[in-house]
Amino acid sequence: MIELDNIAYNYGGGELLSNVSVQLAPGAFYFLTGPSGAGKTTLLKMCYGALAPTAGQVRAFNMDVAGLDRDQMAMLRRRVGVVHQDCRFLDHLSLIENIALPLTVSGRDLADEEDNLRELLNWVGLSERADALPPELSGGERQRAALARAVILSPDVIIADEPTGNVDWEMSQRLLRLLVELNNMGKTIMVATHDLPLIRAAKNQVQARVLRISNRQLQLAGVDL
Amino acid sequence: MIISAVRNLILGDAQADRVVPPSGFTAHLTLFVSGAMAFLTVFALALSLASGRLADRWADELAGAATLRINAPAAQKAAQTEVALKILQQTPGVARARSITSDEQVALLSPWFGADLPIDSLPVPQLIEIFADDPPYDATGLRLRLQAEVPGAVLDDHTRWREPLVDAARALRRLAVVSILLLGGAMAAMITLAANAALAANAQVIEVLRLVGAQDSYIANAFIRRFTLRALSGAAVGVTLGMIGVFLLPEASDEGGFLTGLGLTGWRWLLPLWIPLLGAAVAFTATTRAANKRLGGLA
Repeated sequence: MIELDNIAYNYGGGELLSNVSVQLAPGAFYFLTGPSGAGKTTLLKMCYGALAPTAGQVRAFNMDVAGLDRDQMAMLRRRVGVVHQDCRFLDHLSLIENIALPLTVSGRDLADEEDNLRELLNWVGLSERADALPPELSGGERQRAALARAVILSPDVIIADEPTGNVDWEMSQRLLRLLVELNNMGKTIMVATHDLPLIRAAKNQVQARVLRISNRQLQLAGVDL
Repeated sequence: MIISAVRNLILGDAQADRVVPPSGFTAHLTLFVSGAMAFLTVFALALSLASGRLADRWADELAGAATLRINAPAAQKAAQTEVALKILQQTPGVARARSITSDEQVALLSPWFGADLPIDSLPVPQLIEIFADDPPYDATGLRLRLQAEVPGAVLDDHTRWREPLVDAARALRRLAVVSILLLGGAMAAMITLAANAALAANAQVIEVLRLVGAQDSYIANAFIRRFTLRALSGAAVGVTLGMIGVFLLPEASDEGGFLTGLGLTGWRWLLPLWIPLLGAAVAFTATTRAANKRLGGLA
């Protein structure tokens, strides 16, 4: 699905990542962990083309990401659902319009997708909040809404950056269950987190692989955390 | 394809339109600027058409006509007039020539001396009106021949005072055309600035749209549509007001001379209706360029 081949990233003040190679297999569940500032977000951004590596090659769906033009990049974003660390909503649109935004920008008729939208809202438990504006939502509601927006185009890969960053344990369990359900439907999931209890909890529900960034390298962490 | 693109632009996509937050202030500025520019363009257009019309009319009417003035003692006047008319009839390029009757001379002089002028007792010269044929007569040759045979005759083909007037009218038209071009350019510049301001103010929105998979054309269209429609409606209002203003200008009249008759006539009233469309086209081009330039610079 997505392959990083020997990539490096340099912020200008020394290398953040070097010689990182990983292949995301279809239907697999990954955790990406490591200390803050280790480059988790950077690595994820390279996966969906928001950042270009300073060395090495990123391939997504058998295409070289560096060779994509801006329109092809937009098409790639539609095939990779991303839950951003800070959610990134349009504050002047209601929650349901924000969740439907990927449909709107890809020119789909919202009337045809009405049922899907309602079902999705129900799935993330936000039916009651459909008309709320993003600033009125709690942290957990925002994260669930961001997840709903990430999956609305039914992407093959879902990348989530610290989805449980500022929610309580109950809510992070709930988000995890949603991600596991998506994985059970055959989606490839990649979750960046430094929440080790969450990873442990996930191990009971899904066969997750844990990738750890340490010393600028990516390692497959042991089964026992 | 162009037609469907224009239709999409006008009908728009209600969903797409909501994606970019409404921007009250720049919207009003764009409306005002395009309205003001359209208003001024109507006047520049009317001026250009009127001065063009004046230049053409003066050039045409006066080029075809000339006057022969015979200054002779009363005794010889009739004889000299006869000779002059004969010469004119023989000259190739003269369509016709006729002497002005004394009644007509009274009418010509009445604005200055009143209607009761005792014209017979005054030493007024005899005037002969000459209408040129196509091709016209050779004025120099005619002058030489008249000089020899009718010593009191002076040929005035109006060139002396016609040319500066025609030149002035043409210069006025050139200025008006340059003004229209400048107005269009200034509008393009203002809309580019407004579009850039709107794009900058919505940088966050654009970034989110890119992240959820919007193509540049989708984002650009949201802005292009707004600015084009604003320019169109602003210019429509400006043109309407401008046309009312031109309509209220005084009618052409003999008393007012060439300062009247500056309004639009006949089918020319349809010309200002193009201004909103041209304004919209200018806004479309300016916003397209601004949006593509800015979007191209984003990740």
